[in-house]
Amino acid sequence: MGLEAKLNSDGFLVTQLDAVVAWARKNSVYPMPMGISCCAIEMMASADPKYDIARFGSEVMRFTPRQCDLMIVAGTVTYKMSHVVRKIYDQMPDPKWVIAMGACTSTGGMYRSYSVVQGIDQFLPVDVYLAGCPPRPDNLLNALIQIQNKIGRTRARDFQNLKLPELNVIQNN
Amino acid sequence: MELKQLISQKLQTSFPEAELEFSEFRNEFNVKFNKKFVNPICKFLKEDSELEFLLCEDVTAVDWAKRKNRFTVVYHIFSLKLNLRIALKADVDETDCVIDTVSSVWKTSNWQERETYDMYGIKFKNHPDLRRIYMPEEFEYYPLRKDFPLLGIPGSLPLPKK
Amino acid sequence: MDRLTKDDVNPKILQKLLEDSDITIEDALENEMILNMGPQHPATHGVLRLLLRLDGETVVGCVPDVGYLHRGYEKMAENMSYYEFIPHTDRLDYISPLANNVAWVLAVEKLAGIEVPVRAQYIRMIVAELARVASHLVAIGSFAMDVGALTVFLWTLREREKILDIWDILCGARFTNSYTRIGGVANDAQPEALALVKKFIEEIDSNLSECEKLLNTNRIFIERLDGIGVISKEDALSYGYTGPNLRASGVEFDLRRATPYLQYDKIDFKIPTFSEGDSLARYFVRADEVRESAKIVRQVLQLMTPGEIKANLPKSVLPQKVEVYSKMEELIHDFMIVNFGINPPVGEVYHAIEGSKGELGFYLVSKGEGHPWKCKIRSPSFIHIQSLPHLVKGRMISDVVAIIGSIDPIMGEADK
Repeated sequence: MGLEAKLNSDGFLVTQLDAVVAWARKNSVYPMPMGISCCAIEMMASADPKYDIARFGSEVMRFTPRQCDLMIVAGTVTYKMSHVVRKIYDQMPDPKWVIAMGACTSTGGMYRSYSVVQGIDQFLPVDVYLAGCPPRPDNLLNALIQIQNKIGRTRARDFQNLKLPELNVIQNN
Repeated sequence: MELKQLISQKLQTSFPEAELEFSEFRNEFNVKFNKKFVNPICKFLKEDSELEFLLCEDVTAVDWAKRKNRFTVVYHIFSLKLNLRIALKADVDETDCVIDTVSSVWKTSNWQERETYDMYGIKFKNHPDLRRIYMPEEFEYYPLRKDFPLLGIPGSLPLPKK
Repeated sequence: MDRLTKDDVNPKILQKLLEDSDITIEDALENEMILNMGPQHPATHGVLRLLLRLDGETVVGCVPDVGYLHRGYEKMAENMSYYEFIPHTDRLDYISPLANNVAWVLAVEKLAGIEVPVRAQYIRMIVAELARVASHLVAIGSFAMDVGALTVFLWTLREREKILDIWDILCGARFTNSYTRIGGVANDAQPEALALVKKFIEEIDSNLSECEKLLNTNRIFIERLDGIGVISKEDALSYGYTGPNLRASGVEFDLRRATPYLQYDKIDFKIPTFSEGDSLARYFVRADEVRESAKIVRQVLQLMTPGEIKANLPKSVLPQKVEVYSKMEELIHDFMIVNFGINPPVGEVYHAIEGSKGELGFYLVSKGEGHPWKCKIRSPSFIHIQSLPHLVKGRMISDVVAIIGSIDPIMGEADK
């Protein structure tokens, strides 16, 4: 009965620790606004004094991916932009979650044309889909609460043994 | 109207061999001419002291999808002095898909012509920087032509892996 | 800018500087850098990519790269009827959606030759001017936020929320409301909506002055913007500027005065013009235009009389839903118009209105069918972004942010 086995089991201490860590994580979710088009305006509106997003713990919207845990993709993603979105997603540190805001990101929305990706789940793993064109700010707050509930149920061992992406190490001589 | 007659008279006297055609629809004045005379006519309209068409609002093309003279390049220009807007049109055939640029006359037509090239494939001679503007550079088709499908051609644009 | 040569630097410092790298002396002092101000950036208004060539902190050259939001509007317009395209026009300039609706509907009515009743025209004017006020509030707020004054952004957004409440009651949706229809507007203006409009325009003057008090005599704001991004009158016309950017360079040109549409020839309003052509002038023009729009709305509210809100042309104008469900002829007309579209005569038309960013124009070619043969959207933001390399040359990186904010591009419009 080593420490490793004790930590991986569901004993009393470990679940309490998990609960505390999950509670801390879910009440301080920092979103990264990937604001691309009209939904970005409703995202900005959810940060203004009427629909305050800061009271849910998302005090600041950091624009650098290295400091965030939630990416809100707001706006139509075209094929040209999809590479940029994927790059930013890869730059975020684990654990991370994604909200697909609006109809355009969920399924391509009202744009059934040659240059729009019909749903961002073709290249990104998505946690919550929001309906609306654009969804009202209250709807975005609802999605944030769903993500918080999802985070509240996680345990520490969900984030161990993750597969790291392969890196190409450049030899410097 | 006297203004439209004035313009048609001036153009007829200065460019007699340009195959000019004048028409009017819903109170708008249209001038059609041979595509070789694009640059001299536009320069004349901009620099004439009575007309002064200083603002070039729009440069675009129409695809008629027929065998002869498939495209028509359309220019909308506005004169602040006369408060008048006219439309200039020039036919371009699919086999000889080239027309002179007017970016030396109005600087705004630089990007407008790039957009027309990107969407229709009409090349502009002497353009300072003719490359695609909306679609990525590797895209091989011209989207607004009538034979390109609305949903696109699968595989023509790459997507990152999940 | 003075450039250092190797004689100006102390040899010991020079040696330390180049000690553990393999660049030569010429490289260190004379290299230029290429910086990618990428599509995802807090200060570019939307997905605009700028490639800057820098010499230290000074910008030597700039190449804008657009197309990250190209959704294929013009191709989609060729495949759907004139009615179906109205919600798409909302998403063009998504900060002032109703102005785009008005522009599209006016172009289609010009093509089809439909006359709109006077009350509908007045309602369209009120709505278009409110859209202009909303757009300018966001422009001023985000512009001030880019330059550093964060409070102004929240205050102008608070004012904008009041306009969104008005639209919620009037049109049914807060934002991207497709309110206008071909031949009129969707439903009549309710009395409580008009009362809210009256209350709003009475308060906007003092609320805007509150925001301006923070900015107009602020030394940092003025020094950051005075003389930055200057464009002369001839260059502005040659680059195709329209709207507030042109009026800040000394040309008194407003489409509501030059080619009046709706009922603008009966309204008395000023055209604010400044002659310096720099970023500060563009900010002042927008602030003054908000006040002029409030004046226009006040006059329209006095001129409004009760009346019809849709034209009486059963073959081209959608009937009211109440009648569709109860009368036979309206049901048939509704079915025909929705499925086959209105069929305007063969011809081409170009109609432009004074949108909040500049001249927003629609060029429609019709072959007599229910859908347009070609639709071209002339968007002002696309034209304005083209002139960025000219404005930015010789300035520093932080000025680039201020200049983009003062031009006020919206990428949904620029990329179509």
